[in-house]
Amino acid sequence: MIGLDILYLIGGAFFAAMALLSGADRENPKRLGNGLFWGLLSVSFLLGSYLGDLINGLIVIALALLAGLGGMGHGRPATTTPEQRREGSARYGAKLFIPALVIPLVTLSGTFLFKGTVLFEPLTVNGHPIVDPKQATLVSLVLGILVGLTLAMIMIRPRPVVPLQEGRRLLDAVGWAALLPQTLAALGAVFAAAGVGQIIGQLAGSGISGGGPLVAVIAYTVGMAVFTVIMGNAFAAFPVMTAGIGLPLIVGKYGGDPAIMAAIGMLSGFCGTLMTPMAANFNLVPAVLLELKDRYGVIKAQIPTALLLLTGNTVLMYVFVY
Amino acid sequence: MSLWPLLGIAVVVAGFIARFNPLLVVVAAALVTGIAAALSTGVDGLHAVTGTIETFGKAFNDNRYITLTWMILPVIGLLERAGLQEKARDLIARVKGATTGRLLLLYLVVRQGTAAVGLTSLGGHPQMVRPLIAPMAEGAAEARHGDLSEKTREKIKAQSAATDNIGLFFGEDIFIAIASILLIKGFLETNGIIVEPFHLSVWAIPTAILALIIHGVRLWRLDAVIAREAPAPGSAPAAPTPEAEA
Repeated sequence: MIGLDILYLIGGAFFAAMALLSGADRENPKRLGNGLFWGLLSVSFLLGSYLGDLINGLIVIALALLAGLGGMGHGRPATTTPEQRREGSARYGAKLFIPALVIPLVTLSGTFLFKGTVLFEPLTVNGHPIVDPKQATLVSLVLGILVGLTLAMIMIRPRPVVPLQEGRRLLDAVGWAALLPQTLAALGAVFAAAGVGQIIGQLAGSGISGGGPLVAVIAYTVGMAVFTVIMGNAFAAFPVMTAGIGLPLIVGKYGGDPAIMAAIGMLSGFCGTLMTPMAANFNLVPAVLLELKDRYGVIKAQIPTALLLLTGNTVLMYVFVY
Repeated sequence: MSLWPLLGIAVVVAGFIARFNPLLVVVAAALVTGIAAALSTGVDGLHAVTGTIETFGKAFNDNRYITLTWMILPVIGLLERAGLQEKARDLIARVKGATTGRLLLLYLVVRQGTAAVGLTSLGGHPQMVRPLIAPMAEGAAEARHGDLSEKTREKIKAQSAATDNIGLFFGEDIFIAIASILLIKGFLETNGIIVEPFHLSVWAIPTAILALIIHGVRLWRLDAVIAREAPAPGSAPAAPTPEAEA
């Protein structure tokens, strides 16, 4: 059964290639730093399941120190000039879109096929699923990437090292930020183990208990957004705020509808996701990918929508929940 | 109740405001939180440190799948090398009446609509926004106004990423089998309240409509902002602009 183990082997090989190419890059004065960073990440992917928690923790700390103390440079593998790209765009035409669009299409159809739908069962061989249904989306994504890469290679016919060097060009543009989403998820786990959520929920709940139904709604929607800003994830904020404010006050004391409260409450949390650097996947990574000068450019573009929508959510909840 | 575990939040806030390296800030916050929580319950210093590193290391290891998505970069890089972004710009420049605002509005509707029926993987920043949507949004503005200022370019790119996020967030909860709906259902169930996923997803619709209206209006007005920031009115559309070395 294809599951995470195989994906981590492929990922480990990919980051090992990035490490080797980085280390050999004479154009980058900090090539050893880059080589070490991607190399450590490769070790984590290949051996993480066997190293033990303490070593894994030390690897993260080493990666953060390497990135935070300026140990990494920016590798700039040779690529095509703007003129060559315009020539390429004329030569290949709209065919260039095919490998790019094949990735989401394979991801999508693979997810259906391996996870099953109401219409059919997951794909199996001798009664065993080919792909771990829990990991259907990830496996399908990696499969889509491999199919897209194959198509692009057939069409463009570069030397085999070219896609890896082009991948490194983009990966180095992202740099340490590539690791931020995973590290933030780990921070969330530490917060949970330390009981950060419960403390905040109790503080919020005890602070507003005498304020009436409107105050309870405002505290819940705004609390969801603020706590999501802190945690970077509405899923972490939801149980805390719902246990601290939503259930005891809106449902318990004032008789609100739990389904309406929960649905709109979660979406108020999503407004917080739009405003926080802690949601690195959505906010910081695209800023780097699009080469924005302002690291917080995407957040700034989202704040007006997020605040208006949070206000709207609060009104919606107050009107419909009671 | 000890307030010491909240120290890590202070580290996060201070670190982000002071613009320290975010990766370092996040790791420092995790260590501070774990160590403070352990010390406040009477664990000795050494075990507070090793225990925290272990919790953090385990969680980091369990979440490796998040970082797998970067494996898409060789494909995107290879296609960009062959002129993908140029083709995307070129294509949109030929569509009569295409503007940045209208293009992004269309993308918002499509992203929200597909997410609402569970097709959340039809989008995303490395696979759609960088190679296709952002170059098209820039290309549409270039076709009308010639070369753009750095400020306008930044605004268009940031708005492209924002549109992907907003479409995804306020579409996906309409789909009954999405993670957040299942989380809500599970959490309410442990508190003795049974709700139907369908009931939850129906109540995601009013917010979805609001999001479409609010962000849609902002995108509609983006064209006017771009026009105001454009160099001189009536200046001839420039030749395709050389792209900065990526």
